[in-house]
Amino acid sequence: MLWPRAYVMAWRSGRPRPGTSELRTVQLMISRLFSPAAGRRLLPVALLAATALSACAPSKGPGVINDPYEKQNRENHAVNVALDSHLIKPASQAYGRVLPGPVRAGVSNFAGNLSLPSYVMNDLLQAKVGDAAQNTLRFAFNTVFGLGGIFDPAGALGLHAKSTDFGATLATWGVREGAYLEVVVLGPTTERDLAGTVVDAVTNPVMFLLPNVPRGYPIGVKVGSALGNRYKYNDLVDSVLHDSADSYAQGRLIYLEKRHYELGQKPPAANDPYEDPYAN
Amino acid sequence: MRTDPFRRGILTAAVSGLALAAIPFRASALDLATARALIDQLVGEVNRIINSGETETQMFADFEKVFAKYADVPIIARSALGVAARQASAQQMTAFTTAFQGYLSRKYGRRFREFIGGKIEVTDAHPLNDNYEVVSTATLRGEAPFDLRWWVSSKSGRDLFYNIIIEGVNMLATERTEIGAMLDQNNGNIDALIKQLQTSG
Repeated sequence: MLWPRAYVMAWRSGRPRPGTSELRTVQLMISRLFSPAAGRRLLPVALLAATALSACAPSKGPGVINDPYEKQNRENHAVNVALDSHLIKPASQAYGRVLPGPVRAGVSNFAGNLSLPSYVMNDLLQAKVGDAAQNTLRFAFNTVFGLGGIFDPAGALGLHAKSTDFGATLATWGVREGAYLEVVVLGPTTERDLAGTVVDAVTNPVMFLLPNVPRGYPIGVKVGSALGNRYKYNDLVDSVLHDSADSYAQGRLIYLEKRHYELGQKPPAANDPYEDPYAN
Repeated sequence: MRTDPFRRGILTAAVSGLALAAIPFRASALDLATARALIDQLVGEVNRIINSGETETQMFADFEKVFAKYADVPIIARSALGVAARQASAQQMTAFTTAFQGYLSRKYGRRFREFIGGKIEVTDAHPLNDNYEVVSTATLRGEAPFDLRWWVSSKSGRDLFYNIIIEGVNMLATERTEIGAMLDQNNGNIDALIKQLQTSG
């Protein structure tokens, strides 16, 4: 499938808003998760969970997908597909129709700008000084000249974000990937990436830099941005999620290959279909 | 004993001649520059299509032409079908390859259409085992550039690409998964799969 970034982005770039009945509880959960105080309480737990991962399911060798929880994952996938059909897709269509393109782009830019401090923190944890500098420069430039990040003048100059996360930091530190997981609402991930997502959520520097910002505000922007992505890449997401013969297997393959590429891992020995057309 | 420089020269020539002969013949049919030139030309055609202002139907037809011209469709189709290709008859393989070409052109044509207003540029090429990988970058307005890689081989007898890697995601692998799942849906019946492919993508 094409444009894996877009497909993965549609899942990863935010937490889509759940159903109205559970809305209140989930909102509460998320706001607790994102509050600095909760961050301080949860951080040791999350780090512990991450360290425990080094002992998790061993990988089965190159090219073999490590998916011991496939049965549960497929059930979660079915929930995600239903969630998309009944809630996320219609919400994104409404979002896309109500807001004009430039406003959606502004929301997306603003959400992207708010992610940069977290990238910088992870760049430093990975000792990637160049990336840290690039992301810092982009953040400063767009915050100042892009009206707080609503516009993206840095991108026009070729100064793009080097996205990263705590899952990538864990990979740099030698933590193994662990099993593939598909989580309800969050979508495709791995044991290592899920731990990373939790750590990123509770350590987001923006929450510490701006302690007086209303809690729901950056989350609202992220939800808007995620809906914007779902709207923008509608055909692509539909083709993977709803038109594939086995959308679970398709999503899993795209996620893992894309993730390994992002982490700079060498793909398993390139198959040569001329030598063995039946090899994977 | 004094070594005659002339004789030594002959010896060197003979040894390097042997070394040259040891390189498999097919490697000489395609080199880095040719592989790169092929993708340069392909990318030029794609860029022309995505900026032509044509209708969707015209674009799909153009993409299919480009695909048939530059891709080794039979090997991609055979690889996507996997082990089931061993049981297929020659007629079934021909019908499957034709249906697969249409399916893949529509599916990837749809994605390439999203590049309207953008541009693809070849940036690098290097050997990949005894084939070649040509690296290109797709630039879209308001987005960070995409990494698109093309695997080129002359093992079919012509210089053709047999795989596209988009940001690490391998077309042969995704199509193997997809076609395998479609075959399962059709209880392993290749004729039913061919029928389904004619309207998919």
